[in-house]
Amino acid sequence: MDSASAPFDSALIPKGVKRCQFKWFLLWIAILHGPLTIGVIATLMCWGLALNVTYLNNNYPFGLWIAADLGIIALGAGAFFTGFLRYIVKIDELKHIVNFAVIVGVVCYAAAQGILGVDIGQPLRGWFIFWHANVHSMLTEVAFCITCYFMVLCVEYLPLILENRQIYKFGFPRGFAHHLHEAMPTIAAIGVFLSFFHQGSLGGVPGVLYGRPFAFREGFLVWPWTFFLFILSAIACGPCFTILITRITEGFARKRLVKRNVIDILAKISGRLLALYLVLKTIDTVYWIATAGKVGAPLSSFYANQPYGYWVLITELGIFGVIPCILLLIKATRQNENILILACFLNCAGIFMNRWIMTVQALAVPVMPFDKFVSYHPNWVEYASTLLFVWAGAIVISLSYRYLPIFSQEKELNPI
Amino acid sequence: MKEAHHGEGDEKTYKFGMVIDLDKCTGCGACMVACMAENNISFRKDETDKLRSNFWMRVYKISNGLPFPDTEVSYIPRPCMHCEGYDHHHATPCVSVCPATVTDYNHETGIVSQIYTRCFGCRYCMAACPYHVRVFNWWDPRWPKGMEKYLNPDVSVRMRGVVEKCSFCFHRYQRAKNKAYAEGRRELREDEYQTACTQACPAGAITFGDLNDPHHKVYKLKKDPNAFRLLEKLGTNPKVYYVSTTDWVRKASDAYTGKQGEGVTPG
Repeated sequence: MDSASAPFDSALIPKGVKRCQFKWFLLWIAILHGPLTIGVIATLMCWGLALNVTYLNNNYPFGLWIAADLGIIALGAGAFFTGFLRYIVKIDELKHIVNFAVIVGVVCYAAAQGILGVDIGQPLRGWFIFWHANVHSMLTEVAFCITCYFMVLCVEYLPLILENRQIYKFGFPRGFAHHLHEAMPTIAAIGVFLSFFHQGSLGGVPGVLYGRPFAFREGFLVWPWTFFLFILSAIACGPCFTILITRITEGFARKRLVKRNVIDILAKISGRLLALYLVLKTIDTVYWIATAGKVGAPLSSFYANQPYGYWVLITELGIFGVIPCILLLIKATRQNENILILACFLNCAGIFMNRWIMTVQALAVPVMPFDKFVSYHPNWVEYASTLLFVWAGAIVISLSYRYLPIFSQEKELNPI
Repeated sequence: MKEAHHGEGDEKTYKFGMVIDLDKCTGCGACMVACMAENNISFRKDETDKLRSNFWMRVYKISNGLPFPDTEVSYIPRPCMHCEGYDHHHATPCVSVCPATVTDYNHETGIVSQIYTRCFGCRYCMAACPYHVRVFNWWDPRWPKGMEKYLNPDVSVRMRGVVEKCSFCFHRYQRAKNKAYAEGRRELREDEYQTACTQACPAGAITFGDLNDPHHKVYKLKKDPNAFRLLEKLGTNPKVYYVSTTDWVRKASDAYTGKQGEGVTPG
């Protein structure tokens, strides 16, 4: 690279790759700080003025935040599942995307914890969930596993930071990064174990609510069927989210960063898992309709209130389920770039919709026969404080992309 | 006091509950007012947003839906049901889900408690309760100037960001128990422990006592052929019973299991 055109911070940028001028990067980060500041203001309002600044109420104790939380964690499943495929199933090609999947995972899990920090009424008491833990609560399991897994993700992220050109010059960080890499299969296995549990527990959160026939599911031992469905849906969708964010990053970078065959492996696995999920979800839905009727809650009562009509069921399973599944299973559509992006987007949207349904719609359905349906939609404070973590995540990914050697195929795909 | 400690191992256990006669309830709301005063429930100047109001006792108005002159209405006072759970559910819906052991089922009294200073406001218990019994403090409590002097010293006030609910005036149980212990007794008489709403009801619609004690009025009343519980079919096993001689009222409560008068835990 011509030293005159080299970015101001070129000493920090990995060797052999090209990045934009520092001023443009700074401008991009500054732009992200705009909506991020609004999100910070919204968060401070929640903490300072209490949760009356939201549209949540006693009928809707769960709203956008919880739905987003569950959705983001499912999207972040790409991290542990790619690690599982790379280090345990030993699909070697995935080494070219596993680093990025880890970063996306770190962002997702940090976001989930951050959103919970805004959502709870007494954030300073958040640690009570560990101190006074109720082992029978699914939320306790979620809290423990998410926290532990976030630490695992940080350990997985750490060697990438240590591989920054300037840090890597020093012996200790270099050696430490090397040892962490050596230990990665073990770390990945721990991550897989923790993730299966918390993805499942998140399914258990609505599934155990036997006072809410819409959400309640029978199951195996202490685990409702949603426990298993949430695991499956998360690993069916997580890789698609990793693909989506990779493609968005490539769009901003204006170059290919990961080879087509790597993406194709993830897309193919995602499609097959989504097909399995849809089969099991359909069986679950049929069984749920039959059993809910016995406790005096016929299907029609679940979908009697607009906006939660039957279209919700059809959209979730059909448009956001069957369509992306078919698109991902057929080689020709999967290998068409635009269709792949569409399929990944539909798959991720389906996960979000499913999590919304299992939390917010579950509360929307009146249970007492003389209770009236009331509607809920989030206000700007809820949107802004949720999106805050999207902007913060974009900053983390931007910084990581610029300064860390994440994409091992970048040099080969983009020779200077 | 020494004797009191000796007695702790073989103390009598109660199963406190309520029977509310809907035929007598006029919907006057005295139970709600008494509950708020007794339990230091905060309120705001503008209480138009009922979805954010704090009510431990709430009176619902239901109608048979027919036009005049066939219109009939009934009022359903709804405290916490202090559910027991049954069969494979084992536990109270809210107790099993609370991640920080804030809420607990007391096997000595059958009362579902709430430790306000431990609640961190995740609101999972609210999602679990099908009766909308649990309310969240969306604001810090504020009382009109001078009114704080009239707060009940036996009940702690709750700060914003925590969930609260009806406790069957548990502080009254503690007070009555202390008095009985001081007098060398281990058992409470029926009239020694009564909730504020029970005492305030001018029509005598609310009866409170030990559902297991054949000497208590509630024991007989719960066996009334017209007795039922809300959302019987869900299996929450509530300890609040209702009595109504009107068919549509019983059906409207979703409890028409055809098993009235059996004390009624569905199979």
